[in-house]
Amino acid sequence: MALLEINNLHASIEDKEILKGLSLSVNAGEVHAIMGPNGSGKSTLSYVLSGKPDYEVTEGTATLDGVDLLELEADARAAAGLFLAFQYPVEVPGVATMTFLRTALNAQRRARGEDELSTPDFLRIVKEKAAHLGISQDMLRRGVNVGFSGGEKKRNEILQMALLEPKVAILDETDSGLDIDALKIVSEGVNSLRSKDRAMVVITHYQRLLDHIVPDFVHVMHKGRIVRSGGKELALELEASGYAAYGQDAA
Amino acid sequence: MPAVQETVDQVRSLDVDQYKYGFVTDIESEKAPKGLSEDTVRYISAKKNEPEWMLEWRLDAYRRWLTMEEPTWARVSYPKIDFQDYYYYAQPKKRPQSLDEIDPEILATYDKLGIPLREREALLGIENPSRPIAVDAVFDSVSVATTFKAELAKQGVIFCSISEAIREHPELVKQYLGSVVPVSDNFYATLNTAVFSDGSFVYIPKGVRCPMELSTYFRINERNTGQFERTLIIADEGAYVSYLEGCTAPQRDENQLHAAVVELVALKDAEIKYSTVQNWYPGDKDGKGGIYNFVTKRGDCRGDNSKISWTQVETGSAITWKYPSCILRGDNSQGEFYSIAISNGFQQVDSGTKMIHLGKNTSSRIISKGIAAGRSENTYRGQVTAHRRATNSRNFTNCDSLLIGDKCGAHTVPYIEAKNSSAVFEHEATTSKISEDQLFYCLQRGLSPEEAVALIVNGFVKDVLQQLPMEFAVEAQKLISVSLEGSVG
Amino acid sequence: MNVVTQIRTAAEQALGIAVEQRTAAAEAGRIGELRRAAATAFAANGLPHRRVEEWKYTDLRALQREAAPLAGTPDAAAVAAASADVMSIEGAPRILFVNGTLVGSASDLALGAGITVEPLDAALRGPLADRVGALAPQRYDGPLALNTVFLGSGLVVRVAAGAKIETPLHIANVFTGAAASTYGRVVLVVEEGAEVTLVESFQGPDGVAYQTNSALELFVGDEAHADYIRVQEEGDAALHLATLMTEIGRNAQLHTFSFTSGAKASRISLYGRFGGQHSQAGLNGVNLLKNKQHADVTLLLDHAVPHCESRELFKSVLADESHGVFQGKIVVHPDAQKTDGRMMSRALLLGETAEMDNKPELEIFADDVQCGHGATVGDLDETLLFYLKARGIPQKEAEALLVQAFVGEALELLENETLREFLIARAAAWLVRRAG
Repeated sequence: MALLEINNLHASIEDKEILKGLSLSVNAGEVHAIMGPNGSGKSTLSYVLSGKPDYEVTEGTATLDGVDLLELEADARAAAGLFLAFQYPVEVPGVATMTFLRTALNAQRRARGEDELSTPDFLRIVKEKAAHLGISQDMLRRGVNVGFSGGEKKRNEILQMALLEPKVAILDETDSGLDIDALKIVSEGVNSLRSKDRAMVVITHYQRLLDHIVPDFVHVMHKGRIVRSGGKELALELEASGYAAYGQDAA
Repeated sequence: MPAVQETVDQVRSLDVDQYKYGFVTDIESEKAPKGLSEDTVRYISAKKNEPEWMLEWRLDAYRRWLTMEEPTWARVSYPKIDFQDYYYYAQPKKRPQSLDEIDPEILATYDKLGIPLREREALLGIENPSRPIAVDAVFDSVSVATTFKAELAKQGVIFCSISEAIREHPELVKQYLGSVVPVSDNFYATLNTAVFSDGSFVYIPKGVRCPMELSTYFRINERNTGQFERTLIIADEGAYVSYLEGCTAPQRDENQLHAAVVELVALKDAEIKYSTVQNWYPGDKDGKGGIYNFVTKRGDCRGDNSKISWTQVETGSAITWKYPSCILRGDNSQGEFYSIAISNGFQQVDSGTKMIHLGKNTSSRIISKGIAAGRSENTYRGQVTAHRRATNSRNFTNCDSLLIGDKCGAHTVPYIEAKNSSAVFEHEATTSKISEDQLFYCLQRGLSPEEAVALIVNGFVKDVLQQLPMEFAVEAQKLISVSLEGSVG
Repeated sequence: MNVVTQIRTAAEQALGIAVEQRTAAAEAGRIGELRRAAATAFAANGLPHRRVEEWKYTDLRALQREAAPLAGTPDAAAVAAASADVMSIEGAPRILFVNGTLVGSASDLALGAGITVEPLDAALRGPLADRVGALAPQRYDGPLALNTVFLGSGLVVRVAAGAKIETPLHIANVFTGAAASTYGRVVLVVEEGAEVTLVESFQGPDGVAYQTNSALELFVGDEAHADYIRVQEEGDAALHLATLMTEIGRNAQLHTFSFTSGAKASRISLYGRFGGQHSQAGLNGVNLLKNKQHADVTLLLDHAVPHCESRELFKSVLADESHGVFQGKIVVHPDAQKTDGRMMSRALLLGETAEMDNKPELEIFADDVQCGHGATVGDLDETLLFYLKARGIPQKEAEALLVQAFVGEALELLENETLREFLIARAAAWLVRRAG
């Protein structure tokens, strides 16, 4: 069984079905890109997998390393090794980024039966990883994402991923709102986290991001399903032809 | 700053004597004997040829009223009212059978007020003839004439005086009258129930979108007559109606009592929009005379997905005691209250709203703009309550007050009660003076002080003005300028 | 006009008898006058109830079913028990009251230069006697009337002109033993240019229906700077009634912080008045309530003079079936031009049947002012909760983090770091207790 195994997934929000039988297998060590026109259900997939309330799964399965994700609360999914880099990371005023990171890391370690990190160890690790991503100490002291620029928010997401070391990371439109320099920093951060034990699912509308985070597989999503799969050349093809072909049922 | 002094001087030189509508129509009228007793109630009921059940209802109210006390919680003060010193019923002696027979004096009065009573005039007086206004004019206590009745009847819309409705549509009246404002709701409402003289009745049948704005114009004319209108509007399932109410009263030295009751019922998917422009005589520059206006207005969003919206522009009356409210009973129902309350001279305004959230997913919105000038007192008093089972209720309240001059007062008294954890209520209120910077900026650009203030105040109340139907918005804007005349530099 | 037949509750009758007994003997001097006037007022008005506007949401007739007997002088065992449990603040000298009685042996009464403390009964014979009762509001206040009738134990603290007292002074009130009532009063006189921080704490055992009635009179002199922090962690069956009265002089600063997590029912009535120009007041607080707790904060702030600034921020966290009340009234007098007042109450409803009643009022008679108030009620933001959970933080912990952030906004206003950390820790402990 693949590390992330999604089978015939149907999900709806407010009785409107968005995912209509989506299947996907992602093995450890692989990077998969999911592309598709607006409204095809890409973000819904990321929310359904991570357990956002209001989304209802009506059919199908999703497992991570054999664990049934759909049975778990959002925090338990995270502890099981699922990480979602949000398209729009929320601001959490009053909760210092540092406190947030430590609480999250220790909660996950506890859930996995590991010891909590000592404060000096934690501080050392955060400082090191933050430095790589150009995140200042001042940002770490501020409330989570409060007053961060778009690029800073995305970098903060990657910092969290680096710290929490998930088995499967889903990056939802991580390139949106980034200029080219910010995109490079974020992509380098992501690439440094690629490993044989980890899988990544990169959701994007544009091929641009895939120049920096080169996928092993590319899938096209349309109307709640994967309608086409291929290698990284598929992304280039889409770049050339656009999603026009998916604008109609005929696709 | 010099501008402050200037403002103060202007307030001192305030001249509210120039009440534009202060003329008296000289016609004979028929009055009930002075004072209030069971006999007065019987007299009124008999005059109106009411059925027995209506008389009994009135008498019941009168007996309850005798046991009640005048409320004292509002921030208004006035000499004790002698309820025996009023006439409770007056009607013009010549009763018109058709528009042509209407006393020319009355028509002339309305002309001065700019009310297009005659259909032809009504059509001419409106910019967009495709949206004519039907006017039910209340002259003192009797509804003089109702225009457009025939055309409305085609749609099944009933628009007539409440007296007529009691005679012609007793089943509807019995079902709904007093169902929103119960007989013993409050001192003034109970008094109204006992002695109400006339008012409007509207019924919009299922699924009908009323083809025109309905309008009524109240006018208090007869010396020392209390006026007690009773209005009942019912929007049946899926119906829509927009109703406009305007009031002017001639200048009188004695304080005149006015205690109206307005009941709105919106059934499933129905919507009622009720707009008021009130510019009754506010009293003279020494605070003498003026209308006492104690009004009970309440809407019941009885059905799911129903909506009731109150918009009011209050510029007149010596005392205003008025809280148009919404009971959000149906699931997903919505209530709105948009208010401009301007007080000048010695006026006292205590007005606001109640939003009572009972159903699920109900929402309410309150925008209140109070402007106090002269020696007036202007109070916003509001209540927003989410009951235990009212899950996901939402309220947004914004009430701003503007003070012009340093002899007036502006007060904000909101009650915000959440008894359900899923309620989300936001309330914000501010009080400030007209910005000297804004004034200076306008003056520097060549506006006169008066124009500048009118401009700034109109900007201040813009959010509410936008809620008024076009025909009213223009009048309201003029009224605002007139009301503040002489109050500012 | 309104002839209302006074129906006395059992508690009112019992209190009425106690009031009569206390004032039976002729008592000379100012305190005798005060006591008699308060007794007369109580006889006429009794306990406030929901028909009294200021007590609309806190019906004392319903909440105070019984009049607990006056607490006696605690014995050695009681003092020992109280001393063992009492909270302490790092570096702060502490004065201990047990069941309303000053325990000199367990108190730091010698406080160094610039600050003196004197038991209230002694002070009533001294030069500061006329300060007692001087700040009482014009209108009838039931708990204050009772506090005045039973006035006896308490403390008068005087900070001499120009004295800057660095370490906070802590007055700890501990209740122990069987249900009884205590009446305490603190008079704090901060003279011209002086600075001081006073902390008052209230503690007692769970399950005992004791009653605390506390009053504070705080004189903030010209150019003075006073901080007052109260920590109310009474036992879960207690009734806590507090009246805080303050007058702020010219160019002065007052900051108060009220931390409430205790008592079955509590009410703080705060009466503040600006008596001198160019002064500032910050009146803030946090209420953490659970089960069926009821806590009412009612404040009346009088801007009687121009050029003063006031800020209020109250945060309420309401779990289970608890009930929070905030009533705040800013009054700006006709001549108080250039007043700047902002008041905010925010409530977080965690319990499905928790209730919050807000009544923020503005009463403004001067035109050149900037005043505003706001009130919000809501539950935890689902989006934020999901974000935290998506990072692996379990529900309870995520809630606790968000609640802490919510109350943090108010706690951060405390300037004194020791006290800030002290209260942040008390809030965190409350969250742990609630989760556990």
